[in-house]
Amino acid sequence: MTEGHHYYREAHIVANMDPEITEITVLPGRDKSGRREDFKQIVIRPGETLSIVGPTGSGKSALIGDIEIFAGEDTATGRTVLVNGKIPSEDLVRDPAKKPVALITQNTKCLADLSVQEFLSMHVRSRRIERDGIVAETIALANQFTGEEIVASARMTALSGGQTRSLMVADAIIIGNTPIIILDEVENAGIFKDRVIEMLRAYRKAVIFVTHDPLVSLMCDRRIVMRNGTVVKIIERDREEEKALAAVKKMDGILSALRERIRAGELITEGGFAS
Amino acid sequence: MKLVIVAGPPSAGKTAVVRQIIRNLQGTVAIAYLKIDVVRAFEDEELRQEFGIPARKVYSGDLCPDHAGIMVMGDAIAWAAGEGAGILIVESAGLCLRCSPYLTQSLGIVVVSAVSGTHAPLKMGPMIGLADVAVVTRIDLVSQAEKEVFRERILDVAPGIEIVETNAVQGTGMRYLLRRIAETAEIGDAETIELRGTPPLGVCTVCVGRKAIGWQHHFGVVRKLDGVDWIFRGE
Repeated sequence: MTEGHHYYREAHIVANMDPEITEITVLPGRDKSGRREDFKQIVIRPGETLSIVGPTGSGKSALIGDIEIFAGEDTATGRTVLVNGKIPSEDLVRDPAKKPVALITQNTKCLADLSVQEFLSMHVRSRRIERDGIVAETIALANQFTGEEIVASARMTALSGGQTRSLMVADAIIIGNTPIIILDEVENAGIFKDRVIEMLRAYRKAVIFVTHDPLVSLMCDRRIVMRNGTVVKIIERDREEEKALAAVKKMDGILSALRERIRAGELITEGGFAS
Repeated sequence: MKLVIVAGPPSAGKTAVVRQIIRNLQGTVAIAYLKIDVVRAFEDEELRQEFGIPARKVYSGDLCPDHAGIMVMGDAIAWAAGEGAGILIVESAGLCLRCSPYLTQSLGIVVVSAVSGTHAPLKMGPMIGLADVAVVTRIDLVSQAEKEVFRERILDVAPGIEIVETNAVQGTGMRYLLRRIAETAEIGDAETIELRGTPPLGVCTVCVGRKAIGWQHHFGVVRKLDGVDWIFRGE
């Protein structure tokens, strides 16, 4: 691999979006009977959050697949995905170190039998990043996403699902420094989803959630509703939904507290969890 | 007719990649398929049934499967041409990493699974080094860091190789492999096709079936524990 394949990027909280990437545009494809999808375009910009919802088999995975590989009318859906309004260069699509999209799914695993420190250092080295303390910074961020503390000396293979997912998200933010992050049903993995969303906003990431979780869907600025393989609706959160979001947050808080109490072995009675 | 050679370690996803090639090209070009394996193989029957293409297999038995492949290749090209094929896909058994069945006048594809660990490409030598394209399968299962390191390791072994990352079950990324197949030239003169690399040689009595252990019991090129030199030991 030549030097030209790598480029060094500083990871700062504010301006860490690749300067040249300002938006991703999804253009409509066709449904199974060849009809064009009923939307003009979906534009995703840094700092925005988007959720994709719909029943199993409705085409959620195909949509994120299209975004992840920058479809150019060459996938089953016929969609096209543009970067800054143009068809992206092949480099951007094919070199994972240059690709502006990181996809983290429930299946994403670290296979290497390395410690957290070694694993992150391996990524830092492959990116030719020379900033001191970047590994510690990544672990510290990951620890904001999970209640089970990750230590640098832990083996990657011994981490829980929640710890692994937290670390992958932190790695994408700080070491990968990827402007667009797609999270595929990670809410089941035991992470503080509201904190993840807040941090991703703070770091000016564009985030796409594939989700069945009411809180995650409602916390996103927009949600894309899928059915039979196509986008059928794009809902922008309005004031009414914002009120609903406040109520859902409260419910989620009650459920989280309840979960902790059950884990702690407490007896749960009807009167005891209403507050 | 074009010749496509697919190699790679066991369970790397070679047949899944072949399936994607056939699925994508079916209807535009006639494809014939040959599987080379040691004792059992089912891929020919599966692909014939699934796609209705001419497909067959060769069992190498006690012979090294790549060796068997070299022996039957001339016949196989004549067979596929007789079937009217526009592309002959030959899939290797994928046992030893030293062997590399790639031929001149063909496209050489090595299939490597991303879950085989970041050191795997470094261990594979000519199987990667002599291929034109490395298809990395199960890319959806590994972390971003490992994806990047895996790619670098492949490029360490084969700086000029084209890398196609895919989830071969879904067929993501296949467009680049299909483009490469489209760009591949037809066989010019089948009589002059040869192996790209030197095959491992039959160099000692182990190669011809002697089971005793220890260099004292063997002839040919042997080696002792101490000292890095190989020695020729004759009778």
